[in-house]
Amino acid sequence: MAEETPWQQALRYANRANPYPFYTELRKTPVARQPDGTYVVSTYREIVTLLHDPRVSSDVRKLPSRAPAPAAAEPGAEPITEAVIELEPNIITCDPPEHDHDRRMMTRHFFGPADAPHQISDLEPDIRRIVAGLLDGMRGKTRIDVVDEFAYPLPVTLICKILGVPLEDEPRFHAWIETALDALDFGPEAASEEMRSRLAGARRSVKELAQFMAGLLEQYAERPGPGMLSAMVHDGGPDGRMSKGVLASNAVLLLFAGHETTVNLIAHSVLTLLRHPEALEELRRRPELIVPAVEELLRFESSVQFWHTRSAVEDIDIAGTTIPAGSPIFLVYGSANRDPQRFENPDQLDLQRPDNQHLGFSQGIHYCFGAPLARLEVQVAVDEFVRRVENPRLVTDPPPYRHNQIFRGPRHVLVDIDGIRD
Amino acid sequence: MTLVATLAELVSDFRANGRIVIVGASLAGLRAAEALREEGFSGSLTIIGDEPYEPYDRPPLSKQVLKGWMPAEHTLLPRFREVDAQWRLGVAATGLDRVARQVRLADGDQIPYHRLLIATGTRARPWPNPAEAALEGVFALRSRDDAARLQQALATRPSRVLVIGGGFIGSEVASVCRELDIPVTLTERGPAPLVGALGGVIGEIAAQMQRDHGVDLRCGVSVSSLEGDAAGHVRRARLSDGTTIEVDVVLAALGSIRNVEWLQGSGLAAGPWGVGCDAGGRAFDINGVVTDSVYVAGDVARMPHVLYEYQFLAMEHWDNAVFGAEVAAHNMVNLEPHYRPHLLLPGFWSGQFGVNIKSVGVPPFGDEIIFTQGSVKDRSFAAAYGRRGRIVAAVTFDHGKWLEYYARLIEQSAPFPPPPPGWDRPDIMKPVPAEFPAPGVPTAIPDVVLTGHDPNERRAEFRPRGH
Amino acid sequence: MRIVVDLNRCQGYAQCVYLAHEVFRLTGTEALTYDPNPDDARRLQVERAAAACPVQAIMIDRLDGAERGARS
Ligand SMILES: Cc1cc2nc3c(=O)[nH]c(=O)nc-3n(C[C@H](O)[C@H](O)[C@H](O)COP(=O)(O)OP(=O)(O)OC[C@H]3O[C@@H](n4cnc5c(N)ncnc54)[C@H](O)[C@@H]3O)c2cc1C
Ligand code: HEM
Ligand code: HEM
Ligand code: SF4
Repeated sequence: MAEETPWQQALRYANRANPYPFYTELRKTPVARQPDGTYVVSTYREIVTLLHDPRVSSDVRKLPSRAPAPAAAEPGAEPITEAVIELEPNIITCDPPEHDHDRRMMTRHFFGPADAPHQISDLEPDIRRIVAGLLDGMRGKTRIDVVDEFAYPLPVTLICKILGVPLEDEPRFHAWIETALDALDFGPEAASEEMRSRLAGARRSVKELAQFMAGLLEQYAERPGPGMLSAMVHDGGPDGRMSKGVLASNAVLLLFAGHETTVNLIAHSVLTLLRHPEALEELRRRPELIVPAVEELLRFESSVQFWHTRSAVEDIDIAGTTIPAGSPIFLVYGSANRDPQRFENPDQLDLQRPDNQHLGFSQGIHYCFGAPLARLEVQVAVDEFVRRVENPRLVTDPPPYRHNQIFRGPRHVLVDIDGIRD
Repeated sequence: MTLVATLAELVSDFRANGRIVIVGASLAGLRAAEALREEGFSGSLTIIGDEPYEPYDRPPLSKQVLKGWMPAEHTLLPRFREVDAQWRLGVAATGLDRVARQVRLADGDQIPYHRLLIATGTRARPWPNPAEAALEGVFALRSRDDAARLQQALATRPSRVLVIGGGFIGSEVASVCRELDIPVTLTERGPAPLVGALGGVIGEIAAQMQRDHGVDLRCGVSVSSLEGDAAGHVRRARLSDGTTIEVDVVLAALGSIRNVEWLQGSGLAAGPWGVGCDAGGRAFDINGVVTDSVYVAGDVARMPHVLYEYQFLAMEHWDNAVFGAEVAAHNMVNLEPHYRPHLLLPGFWSGQFGVNIKSVGVPPFGDEIIFTQGSVKDRSFAAAYGRRGRIVAAVTFDHGKWLEYYARLIEQSAPFPPPPPGWDRPDIMKPVPAEFPAPGVPTAIPDVVLTGHDPNERRAEFRPRGH
Repeated sequence: MRIVVDLNRCQGYAQCVYLAHEVFRLTGTEALTYDPNPDDARRLQVERAAAACPVQAIMIDRLDGAERGARS
């Protein structure tokens, strides 16, 4: 078996807590062809270039054959399988003009009409209330799990409210998403018996999630309810109505993207601050630094480490390499955000980093749709955590990580505390 | 002491004790002052400006200010650091004596300098008939006061506005009028609006856009005269095609005039297209010899650009003022080999009729154009300009996220036409003539002007004549 | 307070609009306009907008009052 590439090593579960040394290796070849024909792009400049290159497609239908790999293929040299192919394309997996059109429709419902786009910023009091409630609930405890008790409940509550997904269904869709995420592996370990056996379950889960969403939309079609999804089912606005299939697919995307990433950022932010007591102290002294701090925390531990649905539609010459038409392209945001060519001392946390134009939310037309919501949630959550939690101390470092490499984040962050201030 | 050490001492002595004078207290002047301090210049700094206001930003004047969203005085520019300067505001510079190294002011003062930055920008070209220009209701738009006056006039809901000239500013004002639901006529001597800056193919799209928004657009005609009523208020315009229109507000948007008159007799290469300088911002004298003590930045500068066969470019663009000021400031307090070049790829934006128009490069340098992305019908597209098989510029309508792709191609002098995109292809993807007006055609109000290779600009070929 | 947006950099992501709609507005889908001298009460919102801008096009005054008003 050939030696593993830095990319393959970065993807191994054992390296989940610290993939950065492998990224450093990886960046020596900014555009690195992998044994399975994927081109992995790890440097800031090249990623930004490709994000603005109209010869790059995000439409998975344009990917060449993505059939499940033959069992005999060399481990790590097989194409990644798909678990969600029945779903119609959503905005993250399609190109203009469909992308721009669908995103515009969703924007109107998510943020509000063009002349009053303040639905998300209006949520701030709700966010504050939820966060306060979560912290109040920790009173009397000496040990908390930041993931389960703090980072997860906030975003999931909010996205359910915005979309109009009943919060009672949370246990079901949470289980589906967890099962899917735990099965989806881009690294050499995907070939293991263990991971292969998880795939079937993952397919079933994603299917159930899709059916759940379709059912909910049916229900709203018959009887309008609160939230964005019901409104979109009934909307005949300037851009017309979204087809059922596309709406269902985007609804799954919003539900999923609307909390998984945010959970990881809140958890990573607490973890990172506890690892950097000076920064924590700085933030205590100057709470107004929370705004730049969240940008830096996202740069430092990016919640979406890379994105995997792009491909070259034409041959593309970049950084001395030609990406042949038809090749999958992975953009490694987590590496770009630590690129020393772009960020001075990238491995140092600097809450007041000037010129922090990170790629944590990407750039170009697929720039994160939910970024204003995510930012508000994380700013309020981290700000209040720092202000109210007395003497927090990490119990295990590094904490256990979740399996999936894209949505990289800790499974639990146990913290001992002395109490909760008012 | 070695020569090198002496030079180094010279630089540090100048940075500590030198006298720098900046003429023009607007975008370029302010950013240059800040950059000088940033570069470590701690000597004496004087900023002279004929407007009574501290530096403000002009682009909002034809957009949000005219719309009445905020008053004209809400345009003061943010300051990024202390400049610790002597501000001489409300007094014009009237002369330059390069032998005595002094700037003469309108109030008689003489301000000595070791190094001088010329940042006097441009002013609006007035309506050529002074009696007609003096009629009440006839406006130009360059300054904060101009914008406040025009905004007031629009707020009284005139029965019809006449905009003379279909350049960017004229088109933006027509757009604001429509947003305010005020009837507006726009006359353009050329075949279409924006034709000088973006060519006839794009001009035709802009024309359609104006008509769709209810602008009474009249191309290929000019205004022969303006007529007032007994009270001296403008009431009527006569057009070259014999028609007349009843109007009570007129905006002359005829392009600009460089503020170089005060340099007469200074021996600098100053002319209708500005003050010639090298790519480092150092002014040329009339013989094409570069000076050591006089620098130029912003709208008033014209300098050679490597990407455009070293033709002298005059760029009336916001980012050119910012970047040019920084480069000039750096070079004013450094010596060779530490000079920096002003290698900005020109860029421009304009918001009109709900569309964000952006361009990079120098469109008039191209002779062909090809649509590369999107849909002309939806007014959401990208197009590239080519010359001799190379891409030289690009324009986008509501496709701004793609512009930097084209900027990169231009910087690399990549082949034209560029490779096709993977999706969102326009219906027709074939280069066609870009249809820029021939040099000398008195229509265009280009905002980037190729002014030839001669530092002293003895033949300013593209000069628009009057209206 | 005073701000300026470098509209050559701006790519119309509208992040500023969603975070501070009293100060930033879109005309159409991409053309940004804004109040260059917003009320001081909006500072937190404007700072959030500036930090969120994906291309860091929003620049905020770094001097408060004192020196900037300096005149002849
Ligand atoms: C209405 C309007 C809209 C615009 N929109 C855009 C846009 O959308 N995009 C874009 O890229 N650009 C736009 N521009 C252009 C942009 O504003 C200019 O490029 C920029 O202002 C140039 O700055 P400057 O400092 O070089 O010159 P100016 O801003 O012209 O400043 C020169 C200053 O010097 C002063 N001065 C002149 N002569 C003397 C003298 N003898 N003594 C003392 N002071 C003197 C002038 O009064 C003025 O204050 C617009 C301009 C206007 C007027
Ligand atoms: C910290 C939290 C978050 C991070 C780090 C994050 C990151 C990202 C990134 C990097 C992308 C670009 C993917 C690509 O390369 O194509 C993206 C897209 C997207 N995100 Fe987020 N995200 C976060 C939170 C959210 C939230 C809260 C929502 C929804 C409410 C959301 C919805 C989306 C959607 C719909 C897209 C697709 C946009 C498009 O393709 O046009 N995200 N996100
Ligand atoms: C509407 C919803 C979705 C669509 C249309 C969609 C589309 C796709 C497609 C086409 C692929 C295959 C890409 C490839 O082969 O490289 C893929 C892979 C992936 N999807 Fe999604 N997806 C959706 C929702 C989800 C959800 C809910 C999750 C999380 C649970 C998720 C996580 C992943 C991951 C981690 C991969 C990569 C692993 C693999 O392909 O085996 N996606 N997605
Ligand atoms: S966030 Fe930045 S890029 Fe987006 S519209 Fe505002 S200024 Fe422009």
